[in-house]
Amino acid sequence: MAQYQNLFTSVQPVGPLHDGVALPQGDDKRLGQPFLLHLLGRIGNAQIGPVYLGTLGLASLIFGIAAFNIIGFNMLASVDWNPIQLIRQLFWLALEPPAPAYGLSFPPLAKGGWWLIVGLMLTASILLWWARTYRRARQLGLGTHVAWAFAAAIWLYLVCGFFRPIMMGSWSEAVPFGIFPHLDWVSALSLRYGNLFYNPFHALSIVFLYGSVLLFAMHGATILAVSRYGGEREIEQIVDRGTASERAALFWRWTMGFNATMESIHRWAWWFAVLCPLVGGIGILLTGTVVDNWYLWSVKHHVVPAYPLGNPIVVDPALVGVKP
Amino acid sequence: MKNVIKTMLCLGAALLLSGCERPPIATVQTGYRGTGMEQVYNPRTLAQQAPLNQAPVAPEAASADGPKAKDVYKNVQVLGDLSVGQFARHMTSIAQWVAPDVGCSYCHNPQDFADDSKYTKVVARRMIQMTQHVNQDWKAHVSETGVTCYTCHRGNHIPKNVWTAPKDRKYASSLLGDLAGQNLASKEAGLTSLPFDPFSSYLLDNKAIRVNGQEAMAGVGAYANRASLKQTEHTYSLMVHMSESLGVNCTYCHNTRNFASWEESRPQRVTAWHGIRMARDLNNEYMTPLTSQFPTERLGPHGDVAKVNCSTCHQGAFKPLYGAAMAKDFPELLTLAKP
Repeated sequence: MAQYQNLFTSVQPVGPLHDGVALPQGDDKRLGQPFLLHLLGRIGNAQIGPVYLGTLGLASLIFGIAAFNIIGFNMLASVDWNPIQLIRQLFWLALEPPAPAYGLSFPPLAKGGWWLIVGLMLTASILLWWARTYRRARQLGLGTHVAWAFAAAIWLYLVCGFFRPIMMGSWSEAVPFGIFPHLDWVSALSLRYGNLFYNPFHALSIVFLYGSVLLFAMHGATILAVSRYGGEREIEQIVDRGTASERAALFWRWTMGFNATMESIHRWAWWFAVLCPLVGGIGILLTGTVVDNWYLWSVKHHVVPAYPLGNPIVVDPALVGVKP
Repeated sequence: MKNVIKTMLCLGAALLLSGCERPPIATVQTGYRGTGMEQVYNPRTLAQQAPLNQAPVAPEAASADGPKAKDVYKNVQVLGDLSVGQFARHMTSIAQWVAPDVGCSYCHNPQDFADDSKYTKVVARRMIQMTQHVNQDWKAHVSETGVTCYTCHRGNHIPKNVWTAPKDRKYASSLLGDLAGQNLASKEAGLTSLPFDPFSSYLLDNKAIRVNGQEAMAGVGAYANRASLKQTEHTYSLMVHMSESLGVNCTYCHNTRNFASWEESRPQRVTAWHGIRMARDLNNEYMTPLTSQFPTERLGPHGDVAKVNCSTCHQGAFKPLYGAAMAKDFPELLTLAKP
C-alpha cells in the first residue's frame, strides 16, 4: 500500500476545497467552483481554480485574444482561406513586419500595418499581465520577485520587436509573428551581423541559460535527495534549519568545497534566470546599432582563433575582376 | 489507465522520431580540424541517387568525312559543319536525351524535317547554341567537363527542375494575409519559411547577394551597411537552394564562422560564384528571349518562360552526373557554331 512519505509522494490526500486566503477590500471575487483533477495532482496540485481575473487580467486577455485572432486571420487569408492549408502549414505561416522601404512609418494594413497593430496589442496585453502579476503578489502580501523576473523576459521581447527596430529606423528589422518565420529571423539576424556566436552578450546569455539549467538540476536533485528528512519543506528549512538542510549543505561542501544555503540557492537561481534575457537583450540591442559584424569585432579584440588557410588561398572573384 | 498512458507515450515517441532520418550518417572532413568543415552524407540516400546520376554511354563517333550537313539538308542553322554521319549521330542523341518517348517528331514535322513550324524545333536550336555557349564561355563553372542536353534533360521534354515566377495567391489584393514573398512551405526554399522565390532577384535580376559588412562597427551615412534582415533572408533562401540542389552542407563552400570570408572558404565557392552568374546569363540571354516561342501552357502563371537554377543541372549532385565528362564525346557542342 502506498504510504504518505513526503510532499512529493503521489498519494493525493483529499480534503475540503477552499478558495484560499481572504482578499483585501476592493478586490474582485475569485471566479469558478474549485474541483479536483487526479492526473494533474500527480505533477502538481490536484485542485483546479478558483481563478482571479480582475480588471487587469480581463484587459490583458481582451488585447491578447484580439492580437491572436488578427494573427490567425492573416495566416488564414495568406493560404486563401483554406482551413486545411492553415493546419498543414501552420508552423510556416506568419504575420510579417513591413518591408524596409516603409521605415518607421505606418504602412498600409495589408503591407505590415496589421503587424504594427498586433505588436501594439500584444505589448499592451503583456504589460497588463505584468501589472497583474505585480498587483496580485502585493495583494497576497508577497514580494514582487515573479513580476520582476517576468519583466526581464519582457525586456528581451521589447528589444527585439520595439527598441532595436526604432534604433535601426525600420520596423522591417523586427520579428515576424510565426513559428518557423521567427526562427528564420533569428538565423538571418546572426547571418547578417557576422555571427551572433561572437557577440559577448550572447555568450553571457548562454552562460546564464545553461547555468540556470545546471542550477535547477543541482537544486532539484538536492531537495529530492533530502526530502526523506523533510527537506522539501524548504521555506521552513530557511528559518529553522534541520538535518535535511545540514546534510544537503554537507554533501556539496564535501564534493565541491562550497555550498549554497537554503535561501541563497533561490537567489542564485532567480538571478541566473533573470540575467539570461537581460544580457541577451543588451546583445541584441547593440547588434546593427553599434556593431555591424560581430566576427570582425571579435577579430579586432583578439578573441578569434586563427586556423591555417587552404592552399591556394581562395580570392574573392569579384575583386579579381574575373569576367567570363 | 497505466496501459493507456504507456500507449500514448509510445505513440508520442514514435511521432517525435518520425521526422528523423534513419542512420547511418557518414561525415567527411573537408577542412582544418576544429573548424567544423565537413560534409554529412547518408550512404543509403546516396545509394538511391547514384543510378539517377549516371551518364548514358555515348554512341560510337561518326566519320567526319563526306558532305556537310548544311550542304545536304535544308535550313540547317547550327551544326551545319558536321558531316552527314556526325549530324545524324547528334540528332539521334538529342532524341534519346530529350524525347526518347516521341523521337524525331517531338521537334520535327515528319513530312518535312526542315520545317520550322514546331516551336520545339526553334527552341531546341537555341538550346544547342546555349549549350555551346556554356561549354565555350563558362569554363569557370563547367570547366573541361562541360554540359550536354542530357545534363539537364535526362530524358525529359522539359528538365525536371526549372522555375517560373510563383503564382500569386487567389486574394492577393485583399486587406489580410500578405505573404511578403515568404512564409509558406516551399520546395524552393528547402521547406523553410524563407522567401520562396530567390530566383527572380538573383538569377534573373542582378540584386546584391552579399549582406555582410567589411567593418566591425556600424557606420554612419555613406559608411553604413544598409543590407536589411529581409534582404538577408532572400540571400539565405538562395543559399538553401544551392545547398539542396548540390546535396551539400553550407560548409561545402563556406567556413560558417564567417560566411563572408573568401580566404577561409573552399575553392568550390568560386565555382559557385560563377555558377550564379552563368544561370543569370542563360536566363537573360537565352531563356527570356524565347518567351514568345512557347505556347502559353508552357509558360508560368505570370507568363514568363521556364528558367534555369542550380538544380536544373545539378539535380541533387555536387557535380551534375557526378562530373561524368560527357561533353567530350560531342565536340560539336564545345564551341559556339559560327553563324
